[in-house]
Amino acid sequence: MTTLPSPSPSPSPSPSTSSTTGTGAGTIGTGIGTLRNTVADSTTMLRRNLLHMVRYPGLTGFVVGIPVILLLLFVYVFGGTLGAGLSDDVTGVGAAAAGGGGAVQQYLAYVLPGILFIGIAGIANGASIGVAMDMTEGIVARFRSMAISRTAVLTGHVLGNTIQGLLVSVILIGVALLMGLCPTASPLGWLGIAAVVALVSFAVSWLGVALGVSAKTVESASNTPMVLLLLVFLGSGFVPASSMPGWLQSFAQYQPFTTFIETVRALMFGADPGLNLWLALGWAVLLAVVGYVWAQAMYVRRSVR
Amino acid sequence: MTTAIQTRDLRKSFGSQNVLERLDLDVDEGSVFALLGPNGAGKTTVVHILSTLLPADSGTAFVCGRDVATDADGVRGLIGLTGQFAAVDGLLTGEENLMLMARLRHLGAAAARRRVAELLDQFDLTDAARKPLATYSGGMRRRLDLAMTLVGDPRVIFLDEPTTGLDPRSRQTMWNIVRELVTRGVTIFLTTQYLDEADELASHIAVLDGGRIVASGTPDELKRRVPGGHVLLAFETTDALTSAARLLNLPARDDGVSPADLELRVPITNDEVGTVRRVLARLDDGGVALERLSIHTPDLDDVFFALTGQPATAPTTTQEAS
Repeated sequence: MTTLPSPSPSPSPSPSTSSTTGTGAGTIGTGIGTLRNTVADSTTMLRRNLLHMVRYPGLTGFVVGIPVILLLLFVYVFGGTLGAGLSDDVTGVGAAAAGGGGAVQQYLAYVLPGILFIGIAGIANGASIGVAMDMTEGIVARFRSMAISRTAVLTGHVLGNTIQGLLVSVILIGVALLMGLCPTASPLGWLGIAAVVALVSFAVSWLGVALGVSAKTVESASNTPMVLLLLVFLGSGFVPASSMPGWLQSFAQYQPFTTFIETVRALMFGADPGLNLWLALGWAVLLAVVGYVWAQAMYVRRSVR
Repeated sequence: MTTAIQTRDLRKSFGSQNVLERLDLDVDEGSVFALLGPNGAGKTTVVHILSTLLPADSGTAFVCGRDVATDADGVRGLIGLTGQFAAVDGLLTGEENLMLMARLRHLGAAAARRRVAELLDQFDLTDAARKPLATYSGGMRRRLDLAMTLVGDPRVIFLDEPTTGLDPRSRQTMWNIVRELVTRGVTIFLTTQYLDEADELASHIAVLDGGRIVASGTPDELKRRVPGGHVLLAFETTDALTSAARLLNLPARDDGVSPADLELRVPITNDEVGTVRRVLARLDDGGVALERLSIHTPDLDDVFFALTGQPATAPTTTQEAS
């Protein structure tokens, strides 16, 4: 009894089977067909993740709520003292001073980009937890046994969390405006801010997904991305890097989050981000690529228990 | 008959532990094939290799004529997998879970809705369709799981211990679903550690132990390999028992009056029907009244323990336990 490609009529012939297996589509259309399937599958997975956010709003609430609380805390509790210590040549502070704000308003202008990236670093947490939860349930094995694009499952998480990053940013900026922030960005500047926020959210999400896939338990998946939060504190998020001791300064000045923060800070107050913009783009692309490659490799290795 | 699944010389080891050694399997299209074995025998590993989740170390495996190693996506388009743990999305409703599968199988919107409604109905989940999975019972989750597997009308379905942990009624429901699938020509590859399940469902059974197939055949063929079949005769009186024993040339155990002792065991040599006929004819000739007759064929428990070398339990106790 030898196996032959059996063309025996299936009792319930489904059009989907013949089209997904590709033999019917022919070889010419395969490349385009594959791309179309990747997009379709990623969209399906994104839809699933958005539904998760709606069904399980606790995690989203946490991811959005914590940065808002931090913003209020830093501005109203620490802002008086920290704002007074800022020199006028720091981006944003000058603009806030010109607008007639006191130390608190000056610090609000200074700290908002920092809090923004606290929020964005936080979505890595959500991504990591979401993926780790997927991996502990049998559903990933099911996805892997289906003829769907390999990257779709993870891409769905990344896109969902990128949207979350944009959401966090919009809410934080909205709260800051209510608190009296007077940004002076041009429309082009806002566009730039949106682009940087989206790109960094995307990169951070891939890192979070990679950490989630690598994590052995959901608990550890929720802890490891905390390192990213630390980076915001070890940069120019809350105080200028120039105020730090020398040995820390050189790290604080060029690490990814400082370049992100400085770029948004400059764009928000109509200044020229200069070198920081290019460093930020470079870092974001690098982090995204590292996260992507790492996540893919771990996904293939770990999805069978 | 066409072969739906074929493996040759399949090997797999994890580190220094050999999980599968030279596995050869042939599964006919449209049949139910049961891979029977104790925990840790390698059943799930076989399923994972055949469903493209895990590469084999060496050997070949074909599903519907497609090589799992070189044409994984081709295989994936034809199979459905229901694993040991319900592979459902706990944050979605039953209907959303099925729609998710329909979209991933690239059914059109109308076709997807139709198929989902059909499956909800078939699996008795219509009432719970829009409820979150947190409210589902274990049996419902398992049914949903299988329904999700069926969305793409797979030609081969892998059921990895489909009834482990289910109550007897949910188990029966699962069995009925499996039987119905077979009538539609779907090939089913079932792993189980329950002998009665393999006996109930499978047309062909392979017993896997320590990564090797230790026996294979139809349930009847396997049972025949193990001795122990007999006809059990029960009588109302000790007199009848002793006369019957004399007629049949068997040692009578007439020393007591307890019901258990009013029984005679006639071993079946080769021919079941012939033995029964001979026994009845002799009793009739002698005018002995028989109260009850039952035929005990060795069940798969006997086979299993005999083949896997695990300590055999008395057949009666295992039957009660299952």
